[in-house]
Amino acid sequence: MTLTKKRRAIPLTLAAVSALVLTACGSSGPGSAGGGGGGGGSDTASAWALTGGVHEVMWDESFKTWNEENADAKVDVQWFANDAYKEKIRTSMGAGTGPSLVFSWGGGPLRDYVDSDKVVDLTEGAADLVDRVFPSVAEGGMVDGKVYAVPNSQTQPELVYYNKDLFDQVGAEVPTTWSEVMDLIPKFKEAGVAPFAVAGASKWPELIWLQYMTDRVGGPEAFGKVMAQEPDSWSDPAFVEALTKIQDLVKAGGFQEGFGSTVADTRADAALVHTGKAAMLLQGSWVFSSFAQDAPEMVENDRIGFFPFPAVEGGKGDPANVVGNPSNYWSLNSNASEEVQEQMTTYLNEYVFNEQYTTTLLDGGGVPPVVGIEERLADTEHGDFLTFAYSLVEDAPSFTLSWDQALPAAQAQELLTNIDRIFLLEITPEEFVANMNATL
Amino acid sequence: MSIDTKGAGAADDRGTGTTGTLVAAPSRTLSAGLGARGVVSPRGDAGRNRGFSRGPSFWMAVPALAFFAVFAILPLFGVVILSFMSWDGLGTPQWTGLDNWTRTLAAPDTARAAWLSLVLMVLTWAIQAPLSLLIGVFIAGQQRYRSFLSLLYFLPLVLSAAATAIAFKSLLDPNFGMGASLGVDVLSQDWLGNPNLAFAVVLFVIAWSFVPFHSLLYQAGVRQIPRMFYEAAMIDGASGWKQFWMITIPQLRYTMVTSSTLMLVGSLTYFDLIYVLTAGGPGTATRILPLDMYLVGFRSFDMGRASVIAVILVAVGLGLSLALNRMSGANRMESQMEGA
Repeated sequence: MTLTKKRRAIPLTLAAVSALVLTACGSSGPGSAGGGGGGGGSDTASAWALTGGVHEVMWDESFKTWNEENADAKVDVQWFANDAYKEKIRTSMGAGTGPSLVFSWGGGPLRDYVDSDKVVDLTEGAADLVDRVFPSVAEGGMVDGKVYAVPNSQTQPELVYYNKDLFDQVGAEVPTTWSEVMDLIPKFKEAGVAPFAVAGASKWPELIWLQYMTDRVGGPEAFGKVMAQEPDSWSDPAFVEALTKIQDLVKAGGFQEGFGSTVADTRADAALVHTGKAAMLLQGSWVFSSFAQDAPEMVENDRIGFFPFPAVEGGKGDPANVVGNPSNYWSLNSNASEEVQEQMTTYLNEYVFNEQYTTTLLDGGGVPPVVGIEERLADTEHGDFLTFAYSLVEDAPSFTLSWDQALPAAQAQELLTNIDRIFLLEITPEEFVANMNATL
Repeated sequence: MSIDTKGAGAADDRGTGTTGTLVAAPSRTLSAGLGARGVVSPRGDAGRNRGFSRGPSFWMAVPALAFFAVFAILPLFGVVILSFMSWDGLGTPQWTGLDNWTRTLAAPDTARAAWLSLVLMVLTWAIQAPLSLLIGVFIAGQQRYRSFLSLLYFLPLVLSAAATAIAFKSLLDPNFGMGASLGVDVLSQDWLGNPNLAFAVVLFVIAWSFVPFHSLLYQAGVRQIPRMFYEAAMIDGASGWKQFWMITIPQLRYTMVTSSTLMLVGSLTYFDLIYVLTAGGPGTATRILPLDMYLVGFRSFDMGRASVIAVILVAVGLGLSLALNRMSGANRMESQMEGA
């Protein structure tokens, strides 16, 4: 289970309700900062955390332990659903009433907080925590070389799942290169099975394709230039090549019929794979728990396999590179009183990813981005998968944050709309590049 | 005054600003009470008495006006001001003059959203108005099973938009929805993934949710038509069809205005249903103006541009309801019913 992608998997009712409430107040005026639970500036520490999945258990335990051991510096924790949180936090940070511990996904929003001096530099204060986790994961909380956010949850690489029964049925081998993937397409189509499932209605699963394909074709540098906001950086030939390969796959019938109606929130994409309607699925590591819950017998009998995104012939990118969500992060609100800041820095440095924290996450089936836990991973219930995901991250020369998280919000929205139109074959790769260059 | 005309009058006021009814509509009981107080007071001068008896004091409208000012007028000014500023929701808003307006008017997504909104407005009206009129007339009649059928028709009315959208989203899933479970391939279309189909689906779901409400309006309207009209027509030998065209339709004139105003102006605010159903997708196929405003404001965090769209929506909505009222003459609030 994840946070990052989970935020989209939250009951949409909440999103819709909060949206209505927000739009009702004159659609965009500075909204009233959501009351509850001690904001910044007060003497009590507060944290806003997200509900659902193993992270809820993990944080709850961690804060309870802290509160027991530090009766004079208790943290008041409030729980939110993903989408509701995303909108609420922005408004309350803007109004200066946010919690002391600010949950984030790193990337563009974190940079916004830093630019507006809303969060505190943790480079020194949380140095011990940073040492405990993978450097590639810790990097996700850094802005201009300084630590403004520290990892607080499992690491979430994206990878390919496949249905071993269907692979046996058509006599397919796990593909390691792009041409092997393309060779598999007609085989599965002949057998009446969709080669890949994709949740097109949710848009962001389509983006995973572009992220990996661009990385394999041109390496992480292509998107690095976009992140640096260089003019016309989307014109890098890697993007057009990657987009063309994706459209070729769409045209070849690589995805299930009506993929534009498939929603990730309802786990319909994973369901296509475990019900035998689609052979493969490119998704995040959090989807494994969907398989484990919805098709336990398949997971127990080792009928769900997984492999890293294949290499592209002649591509510049290292096939060991990973995209996804390095982790989720805590930041410290600059509005909190000095005393609270001190207490919370101690909490982050000593309690996050300590022994208890890591154990809870492992028991819940998450992959802690903590250095040197290979042996403990193997002993867990889904040891095979966890070890695979862990080594994927550990061995990755580069771990690129999901682009829709990494980019500034306006560009991310434009990107999601345009990748959707690429999948619908409504626009050409060149039009995509032109549209995206216009956002820079 | 009949319930029918009151209905139209109320809608009229809602369209043009709530203050109308509160200030102008004379309430018999209130004015009588105040008039009596005037009489009781010794040496009360006649002028003041007349003033009281004309209607309740202006001050009685103050609470409502204050509420309206604080929660509607004030934020509206805020939005207008914000439409000239650049604000990402976090930092301090900066003046940027007309920049937001030029950017918004040049944005292809917004232009497309405006066009889609217009198409949606016209089509929702064209679909819903005849349907609800027919259903309304039908359930106002005396047919057998009428109450059972009306119960069925009104069912969508009790469901929230979010629930409706989630239900339809699941039903329409081509792989696991009703098509797949009933084994009917025709129902397994890419309903929400094909840009053309998705827009049609949105129109259908909107009609499904709102026709019951408008049928209810028409039913109430039809019930208010005095029976003697029909009796007289029957004596004159008019057929049922003729009665419908010559009596029912003209008598429902104000109900039609009310219902159409609500439909047309309401279509400018459709948000929740579409947001949950398609979130504006696939691509931008169902991204109508209110949705565009939301996505620009709360996804792209460009509050300035979102405010521009909000101002445009308010202006269009206000203009539309004013124009409808002028055109129809409903603002004169006259009853057409002789002796009713």
